[in-house]
Amino acid sequence: MISPSSILICLVMIVLSPLLPGIINKTKAFFGGRQGPPVLQLYLDIAKLLRKTSVYSQTTTVVTRIAPFVILFSTLAAALLVPVAFRGAGVSFTGDIILLAYLLGIGRFFMVLAALDTGSAFEGMGAAREVLYSALAEPALFCGLLVLISETSQTSLSAIYEKLTAECWWQNPMTFLLIAVSWMIVLLVENARIPIDDPNTHLELTMIHEVMILDYSSKDLALIEFAGAVKLAVFSSLLVGLVFSGNELSLPLQLLAFAAAMALVAIVVGVVESTIARFRLLHVPKFIVGSGALAIIALILKLSGN
Amino acid sequence: MITAYALIILPVITGVISLFISSERVRRNLLMIVAFVHLFMSILLCNGSVGELNGIWLGLDALSRLFLIITSLLFTGSAIYSMVYLDKHPHFNGPAIAGLHMPANSNAIFAACMQLFLSAMSLAILSTHFGLQWIGIEATTLASTPLIYYHRSRRSLEAAWKYMILCSVGIALALMGVFFLAMTTSSHVQHFTPAGLSLFSGYLKVEWLKVAFIFFLVGYGAKMGLAPMHNWLPDAHSEAPSPVSAMLSGALLNCAFLGILRIYQVCVTVPGAMVFANELLVIFGLLSLAVSGIFILRQPDYKRMLAYSSVEHMGILALGVGLGGSAIAAAMLHAAGHSLVKASLFLLSGNILAVYASKKVEDIKALLKTMPISGALWLAGFFAITGTPPFTTFNSEFAIVRVALQSGSWKTAMLYLLFLLLVFIGMLTIFMNMCFGKKGEREVDGSAGESFWQVLPPVVFLTAALLLGLYLPDFVRTTIDGAAVLLGGKAL
Amino acid sequence: MNGIATLLAISCLLLLGSSRLLVSIRMVAFQGVLLGLLPLFVAGSGHIGAAALILTITNIGLKSILLPWLLTRALFESGARREIEPFIGFGASIMAGVVLLAISGYIVNRLQSTAEISSSITLIAGFFMVFSGLFLLITRRKALTQTLGFLVLENGVFTTGLSLGSEFSVYVELGILLDVFVGIFLMGIMLFHIDREFDHLDVDRFNELSDLTVDVASNEEASE
Repeated sequence: MISPSSILICLVMIVLSPLLPGIINKTKAFFGGRQGPPVLQLYLDIAKLLRKTSVYSQTTTVVTRIAPFVILFSTLAAALLVPVAFRGAGVSFTGDIILLAYLLGIGRFFMVLAALDTGSAFEGMGAAREVLYSALAEPALFCGLLVLISETSQTSLSAIYEKLTAECWWQNPMTFLLIAVSWMIVLLVENARIPIDDPNTHLELTMIHEVMILDYSSKDLALIEFAGAVKLAVFSSLLVGLVFSGNELSLPLQLLAFAAAMALVAIVVGVVESTIARFRLLHVPKFIVGSGALAIIALILKLSGN
Repeated sequence: MITAYALIILPVITGVISLFISSERVRRNLLMIVAFVHLFMSILLCNGSVGELNGIWLGLDALSRLFLIITSLLFTGSAIYSMVYLDKHPHFNGPAIAGLHMPANSNAIFAACMQLFLSAMSLAILSTHFGLQWIGIEATTLASTPLIYYHRSRRSLEAAWKYMILCSVGIALALMGVFFLAMTTSSHVQHFTPAGLSLFSGYLKVEWLKVAFIFFLVGYGAKMGLAPMHNWLPDAHSEAPSPVSAMLSGALLNCAFLGILRIYQVCVTVPGAMVFANELLVIFGLLSLAVSGIFILRQPDYKRMLAYSSVEHMGILALGVGLGGSAIAAAMLHAAGHSLVKASLFLLSGNILAVYASKKVEDIKALLKTMPISGALWLAGFFAITGTPPFTTFNSEFAIVRVALQSGSWKTAMLYLLFLLLVFIGMLTIFMNMCFGKKGEREVDGSAGESFWQVLPPVVFLTAALLLGLYLPDFVRTTIDGAAVLLGGKAL
Repeated sequence: MNGIATLLAISCLLLLGSSRLLVSIRMVAFQGVLLGLLPLFVAGSGHIGAAALILTITNIGLKSILLPWLLTRALFESGARREIEPFIGFGASIMAGVVLLAISGYIVNRLQSTAEISSSITLIAGFFMVFSGLFLLITRRKALTQTLGFLVLENGVFTTGLSLGSEFSVYVELGILLDVFVGIFLMGIMLFHIDREFDHLDVDRFNELSDLTVDVASNEEASE
């Protein structure tokens, strides 16, 4: 089912998504007592990158050339599937959850492939870690979705989110709380935030996401950075739909509320980044599995006849 | 009824008092006095009330009578033995730990814990309420752990740790069983006792009862020494001081067995559960026999050998109850006989240890020459523990195999005899090596292990085992038959 | 009550994955507090009787204050701070914990049909605590963690009992509590001794007494 108004809103969200990393950085700067980069910084970065020329390593193949495009388009397609502004997604059908997960998966797959393509050890390390963490985080996402499906007995994301109201939260507070926490952790994992990965580090040995895009320049890097912002927007909107509900509001109010909620999520991520230190690499899998366990607990809670 | 309460509370009081008495002699004498008073009161209690006392918390039936007398008797023997033992083995100074100053340099902990141990066992035996019985059995574990650690060596610490952990885990599982047992009851059942539950056997939920029985069997079985939960037994019983080992093997294992028997009493009234319980008991019994048979062969340490022998006899007990019929009565008789013989063997091992200062079989030779009395008793004990006529253990073991053959369980009987044979061979080699042969190069002074008080308890116990084998007095017979009937069996 | 049960399950998971011993002790103390509050919420009781209050206070006092104090003292004396990498690694432990949780859920699901259980979530948490306590006991190498595992096991049994709606009198419950307390107390004291004797708290190296080791003939004199 295609909803033109939602597609429009989705496009607006995509265009505005680079604001989210900007808000995160501003929050971090606030905690650090600094001014920090302007909220529009990512736009300026992308504009700067587009002006430059690309340099490709000799060892790379066509994979590196096409990867940025695949990443961007898969993320954009995923964005179309996500419910926005409490109004449902641009495109929705039965089982679109699976497509969403796998679109994001395609993006990740090509990023990893391109990273391995460079033949450099740093990228390989980063790729391995990224794949491990994503594999560990998938169950959390899916268990959460399972709970939502069982709660609302719908199979399309838009339909599920339409049915989620404050009633559901009051009846099963623990379940939803656990899922919200678990999905927050998944958001941090998928978007390479502290405490899993430090986006500001300059030590290649400790990078996970950053190191995979180390060899990119100019237009490719611009596309990838933009795709990263869109991915953050996708996960944020999933989380926002879970926590808040605004079906009954009028259109302008819905837009406003949605924007505010997304900004709130970005601020929360910023707070998390400012207050917690990054985990040792040894402990990260434990942490992610822990979030998966939280989701499974929520599932068990739900299935035990609540 | 007051006697029953006194039996439990008195040793607690005197035990705590013992902690504060500074004179060692007074402590030892107090231990003796408490032992005799307890024995006296037990006999009074068992004779005085005809029939059964059934309270909600404490009660006295044939089973408790049997085990109470055995426990009390054994404790008296150990207490007498301890008089000399504590003299020879003064406790050394322990450091202050966590700022708590235990009365170091003394046998205070020994005396106090022995009495607390006695009280806990009395509680476990006399209690009818399942929850209260659990408390008693757990308390026995707690009271006996410091006793195992009496010698403060690395090995005994390791043994005490294993004992503590394994038994506590087992007993925690038994607590789960108690909760499941509570689930079997419906609103009709008034008292959470074996009698109370049996009364309403038609209303019990069989599935929960079976699950509860499994937990009881595994949990209390770990405490009893049934394989494969027996791992702590060889370590604990060999590292503990000899009078403590005698109590552990002779009395404590029986108490744990009583825990299983109480729920068996309930299972007997529910046909579906009884068959299930019998099968499990037979399996665990045979397994224990097998394990003990394997580990006794070529066992280098004679105290560990005795410990494995305890595993074997616990297996025989489980097997006897599992076979049903008059094998149950035989198992009851065997419990009594085994306790007497094992206690005397452990006390004798203490004598040997005192003289030779080694627990290894290879270090001990020509026992009959160096320690004539203990050596002769040791040899007699060997015959007794392996079930040789005319000792009572022969009667009970034979009765069990007879019932097995009569009921057509050929395989069970064959395995039973096979494992008994293994144990016999293993112990034969060890005992023969120890008793006969030429004297070793070391000159040992046999008199260190032959004083009157050291020899008296083993003599008494072994003689009792012999006499019981020759002639079963009426009061013994009625008690054993009564216990068997309670468990759904037939008289001997 | 569901909330408390969920928190109990989460605390168990944290225990399974934590390698810092102090954190583990604090977590078990937290469990003690939760357990103390549990009787107050047992389904069906509109009023909070004196019995429940006594249980709560005793529980919290013993399990959350006294025992952690003792175990922390033992910890500081021994100088150990972290658990050695156990037989099953910490990350794998959490995954195993998730599997155990699923198994508990399955078991309770099967049990639902045979009896009325007042709160299935609490029963699941109870089973899970029993399993994770056993898991800790089996796979960890430090004696302190084994003690904690035993405490978690007892907590699990207690929770199971509560959720099955067993109504024992206060005396029995108190007796059970007391037994557990003394048990852990003794274990704590033994921890001091173990550390003194062996210079480490690693129970994996407790292998002097065994019939399966090849060199049974140790050089030590028999303990006299």
